[in-house]
Amino acid sequence: MGNIKTFGASMQWSNVLEMVHESRIDSVGLNERVNSLATRSIKKDSKLEALSMVVSMCDLTTLEGEDTEGKISQMVAKAIKPNPLDNSVPSVAAVCVYPSLVGIAKEKVQNSNVKVAAVSSYFPSGQVPMESKLLDTKYAIDSGADEIDIVINRKAFLEGDYRKVYDEIVALKEVCQDVHLKTILEVGDLKTYENIRKASLISLAAGSDFIKTSTGKLSIGSSRQACYVMLKSVLDFESETGVKAGIKVAGGIRDAKDAIRYLVMINEEMGSDWLNPESFRFGASSLLDDVLKQIKKLKTGAYQAGYYFPRG
Amino acid sequence: MIDWQYSESIESPEIVSIKKKYTNYIGGKFVEPKSKKYINTISPSTEELLSKVPLSNEQDINSAVKAGKEGLEVWSKLTPNQRSRYLFKIARLIQERSREFAVLESIDGGKPIKESRDFDLPQVAANFFYFAGWADKLDLSWATKSLKPYGVVGQIIPWNFPLLMLAWKIAPALATGNTVVLKPAETTPLTALLFAEICEQAGLPPGVVNIVTGDGSTGSLIVNHKDINKIAFTGSTQVGKLIQKSLAGRDVGLTLELGGKAANIVYEDAAIDQAVEGVVNGIFFNQGHVCCAGSRLLLQESIHDQFVKKLEKRMQSLRVGNPLDKNTDIGAINSKEQLDKITDLVNEGVEDGGELFQTQCELPGNGFWFRPTLFTNVQPSYSIAREEIFGPVLTTLTFRTPEEAVEIANNTEYGLSAGVWTEKGSKILWTADRLDAGVVWANTFNKFDPSSPFGGYKESGFGREGGRHGLLSYLKASS
Repeated sequence: MGNIKTFGASMQWSNVLEMVHESRIDSVGLNERVNSLATRSIKKDSKLEALSMVVSMCDLTTLEGEDTEGKISQMVAKAIKPNPLDNSVPSVAAVCVYPSLVGIAKEKVQNSNVKVAAVSSYFPSGQVPMESKLLDTKYAIDSGADEIDIVINRKAFLEGDYRKVYDEIVALKEVCQDVHLKTILEVGDLKTYENIRKASLISLAAGSDFIKTSTGKLSIGSSRQACYVMLKSVLDFESETGVKAGIKVAGGIRDAKDAIRYLVMINEEMGSDWLNPESFRFGASSLLDDVLKQIKKLKTGAYQAGYYFPRG
Repeated sequence: MIDWQYSESIESPEIVSIKKKYTNYIGGKFVEPKSKKYINTISPSTEELLSKVPLSNEQDINSAVKAGKEGLEVWSKLTPNQRSRYLFKIARLIQERSREFAVLESIDGGKPIKESRDFDLPQVAANFFYFAGWADKLDLSWATKSLKPYGVVGQIIPWNFPLLMLAWKIAPALATGNTVVLKPAETTPLTALLFAEICEQAGLPPGVVNIVTGDGSTGSLIVNHKDINKIAFTGSTQVGKLIQKSLAGRDVGLTLELGGKAANIVYEDAAIDQAVEGVVNGIFFNQGHVCCAGSRLLLQESIHDQFVKKLEKRMQSLRVGNPLDKNTDIGAINSKEQLDKITDLVNEGVEDGGELFQTQCELPGNGFWFRPTLFTNVQPSYSIAREEIFGPVLTTLTFRTPEEAVEIANNTEYGLSAGVWTEKGSKILWTADRLDAGVVWANTFNKFDPSSPFGGYKESGFGREGGRHGLLSYLKASS
């Protein structure tokens, strides 16, 4: 075994390997369970409660080449007060931006409880030497990022070099120290449920605080199935090590109904311990507006047009 | 910390209009019982009186069988294609009124609406469609034209899947050219009586389907009727044996689908999380009122503790309560009598030395309820490991090798179903080959399809329902 420093690693490599090799998933049974959870009928008060949770768990995100300080300012304002006409709607959990925009985002969130998350490690592909990933991450942290979203090395993963995937995350966690680390598996690249489980366990073992489904840059983003595999991995990892990690789902979750289905899954499979922004997040850009519309509809009976809600 | 409680989401019962009193359906007419007697049918989830149905006596059964014989005159003269069209029509009418049937099934029988809506009713329609397709292709089924219908068939069905068991019985019987006298279970007669309306809507010739209600005495009258040509029974092994005795020496056909005590074998190389789901579905589906329920969990010793821990956690998330709530996983126990039986057996299991785990859910005040229950530390000699409990009670046994798993699985008087869980294909085949069970599910459980024959070995009965084999149960060789 290499002589790696283990600031954040939660599990020794040999134990990781053992768990990874035990990854057995029956896709038919898994789909059946996930589909059956989707038939839960969430109405009235429980729906309003769910929608409010979704808002508080959102990482409002913009990750485009066209992002400017002006765009970030708009988004942060919306993150702090998603609906200025309804004070019962909470702030979102965080805004998620590229490292170069962390400074402005940090300035704009001021003393609200909205965190600033930065994607780093050469998001979304991760195809650069390790030195660049470390530098990218260090820059984001020095700019004040509260949370760091990194991508796993899919090249190494698909080549079967799990050790490299693990070592890189360990090294990045070392840079992060206390800064909250979310590790993106990019499930759309991994394809199989076994791969998703393996990548989940490796990322958790290497010290990730969260595991996250997707970058949002692929046509295949998050799915409830992928989330199910990940939550089972988080639970098994907790039962093995006592370390409780969180999950972030991102990419393709566009409406409130879908978001509530994720919450049902977390609630029934993991328990209400995980139903808070410290343990579960949605990466979202368009999701928030649908949730705000649904909240309005539940309270007033009116389904309002988009122009009633401020843009972010 | 947030404790997120789901608000009630009740399927509206208003779609169903339950009459104060029902009649039999004989010869295409709704007729008052000559017995002038009625029995009450209640809702097991509230104990409220729903309605009264006839307690049919000998005269009523005489009329029904007579109507069946008259119906046969008409039915046997139709072309196979015409019979097929009636069955297709019934299938479509059931689909059209499926919500009404699902709600009534849940009210009268206590099963959760998500099961009556997503399992029972789709399966009911699928069975009529499937056998409608066979009706004009019978000469393709067994490559002989010497197979003929029995004639008038007496059918006695149980209370666990009231309408689905009716479909399993009536669809193949009609497709093969028989007419039927069907008696639904005493506690769940209402969907069968609603089905009588479907027969009328479909314009089925009088006497082809006759529905008479009553209790065990009524069933016995059907079995012993001199003009009945075949009996098809689904229910307890005890009653099955009585029927077989009654028919001994008579030229009456018989098929029996009786009890079970299925083994659900989980090997250490199974996909554990999916196996947990399958085991839960295997025993808690329909409150465990399932003859093929996976009531004996056979765990390889090496995964016992891990598996039980996951299973108990999963069981805690089962929602027990109002059958009409769309979020209910486990509804009401079908009757007081069944609840008492389950309670007695569970008490016996505790006295024998089994370790009891029950979930913490709150139970409604009225009605018949039983918490999802798991026994560990059970020996194969305990009654909870041998007797059919027919409730939400799972008994865990352990094994060391595949040989031992098969031996324990077969160590029962029953042989209806079994489950095998492993990611290794060759092990599935090796195990399935050695299990004495009518159906063996691999990496799944409680899956049904009208094209797949279902039935048991040993004291689980004989004859098959469903598929091409299911046709044979209603055809006999004639010289």
